[in-house]
Amino acid sequence: MEAILIHLIKIACVLGVVLFICAYIVLVERRVCAFIQDRLGPNRVGIPLWIRKDGSAITLGGKWALGQPLVDACKSLLKEDFVPAHVNKLYFWLAPMLAMSPALIVFAVIPFGSKLFGESMILADVNVGILFVFAIASFTVYGIMLAGWSSNSKYPFLGGIRSSAQLISYEICLGLSVIPLFMQVESLKLSEVVTWQSNHLWLICYPWNWLPALIFLASSFAETNRLPFDLPEAEQELAGGYNVEYSSMKFAMFFMAEYTSMIAASALMVTLFLGGWSLPFVPATGGVLVGLAHICIFLAKLFALLFFFIWVRWTLPRFRYDQLMGLGWKVFLPLALLNVLIVAGVIILGWVK
Amino acid sequence: MKLERPKLTLAERLYLPAILSGLALTFSHIFRKKVTLQYPEEKPEIPPGYRGQPVLVKDEEGRVKCVACQLCEFVCPPRAITIKPMEYPENAKYGKVEKIPAEFDIDMLRCIYCGYCEEVCPEQAIFLRGPYSVTGLSRKAMVFNKEKLLELGGTLPDPIKKWQKK
Repeated sequence: MEAILIHLIKIACVLGVVLFICAYIVLVERRVCAFIQDRLGPNRVGIPLWIRKDGSAITLGGKWALGQPLVDACKSLLKEDFVPAHVNKLYFWLAPMLAMSPALIVFAVIPFGSKLFGESMILADVNVGILFVFAIASFTVYGIMLAGWSSNSKYPFLGGIRSSAQLISYEICLGLSVIPLFMQVESLKLSEVVTWQSNHLWLICYPWNWLPALIFLASSFAETNRLPFDLPEAEQELAGGYNVEYSSMKFAMFFMAEYTSMIAASALMVTLFLGGWSLPFVPATGGVLVGLAHICIFLAKLFALLFFFIWVRWTLPRFRYDQLMGLGWKVFLPLALLNVLIVAGVIILGWVK
Repeated sequence: MKLERPKLTLAERLYLPAILSGLALTFSHIFRKKVTLQYPEEKPEIPPGYRGQPVLVKDEEGRVKCVACQLCEFVCPPRAITIKPMEYPENAKYGKVEKIPAEFDIDMLRCIYCGYCEEVCPEQAIFLRGPYSVTGLSRKAMVFNKEKLLELGGTLPDPIKKWQKK
């Protein structure tokens, strides 16, 4: 009974933190994109603390627009939830949920800290961690595809087709690029991947892991529909892609799904290549302080990577569709396969201990 | 016609150096001076000759230049201008010379800023000048009367001063 309660608290915390980051990463994205374009971005809405008698409010952090996510959320909740007459109602309702949930489920197997109060900081330490991640992540394509198909109009349909082809192609590269890691670590358990990295060096420190890291990073850009691979929702070509017919909270769900899967992809990248919660000169085991420090280290790495995601989005233009497919199948796939062989050779030579 | 494609070097075909230099460029922009104007607090500098909303002007002696000929009223495509002419009082300084508008209303909700009124005015009394922020809380407040239009317009020196010769 007590174990269940502790688990529920853990789940609530993780969900809360993920959704909180999800809300605020939108704000960070808007600010960073504005700064990159020599603008200021949102800088008005603070968190309301107290409303004075004359109607003006005392707000916190207005200069940094800390209240913007609240306002955005209220706006999407209050907008009219319009369902066009020509859509397939069932799948139209199902699609936003299917898009959002896989990205959240992935966090179940991500180790976000070592141990706190004797509890391991991972929701479910399954033996097939990474396989679970890929199995769940491939569900995302259903959400986008169903949205495109059930909308029953041209542009969403094109977006859906593009996304299904793109996501399926890049899942292969994503899967192949991490095989060398598990050959080195000799376990599929994500917690063991992190422990291995805290005992040795981070996996990114070995030169033969640079190529898989690059392929993994690029593929996760494609998997999360971020620029330079945001073909499913290419605004300029498809007027918004698969989510054209959506409005209000249903659209917000797709919007959040994109950011949640971005956070999930970053968390995975941190876990696999950047040493998870480990940091040199920070002890791997210890009391409450060390446990908290580990969580902070993980979050810091996560934010650094999220910033990189945003930074890349506002730097690179979109790939053409044939370039995208060419890059996936003709470049990344052979390179990932080759890399499996290279790392096998490295292991035979005994360079990894 | 056969187009010769440039031969790319290995570094160019790898695409990574280009991406990295692009990332460096965008990162440097984060720290540059921002161009945003914080509008309600900071106002833009309006250059002379800016073509804003139609306003009435006075000359340097403070006389309303409009003589209520109503040409602008007739030419106004959306019929935004309404003028009620009147004569100067008998004993006024410029009495018996010209007429003067008793009322001069421009409905700023109808005005399309075409500038025909400025073009047609024989007295150079109406101009499209500086004010650019035309706002109001009701339809009534958006009908600008003579006093408001004169206040927005200010003075425009008149080099000819034909009135003094009469």
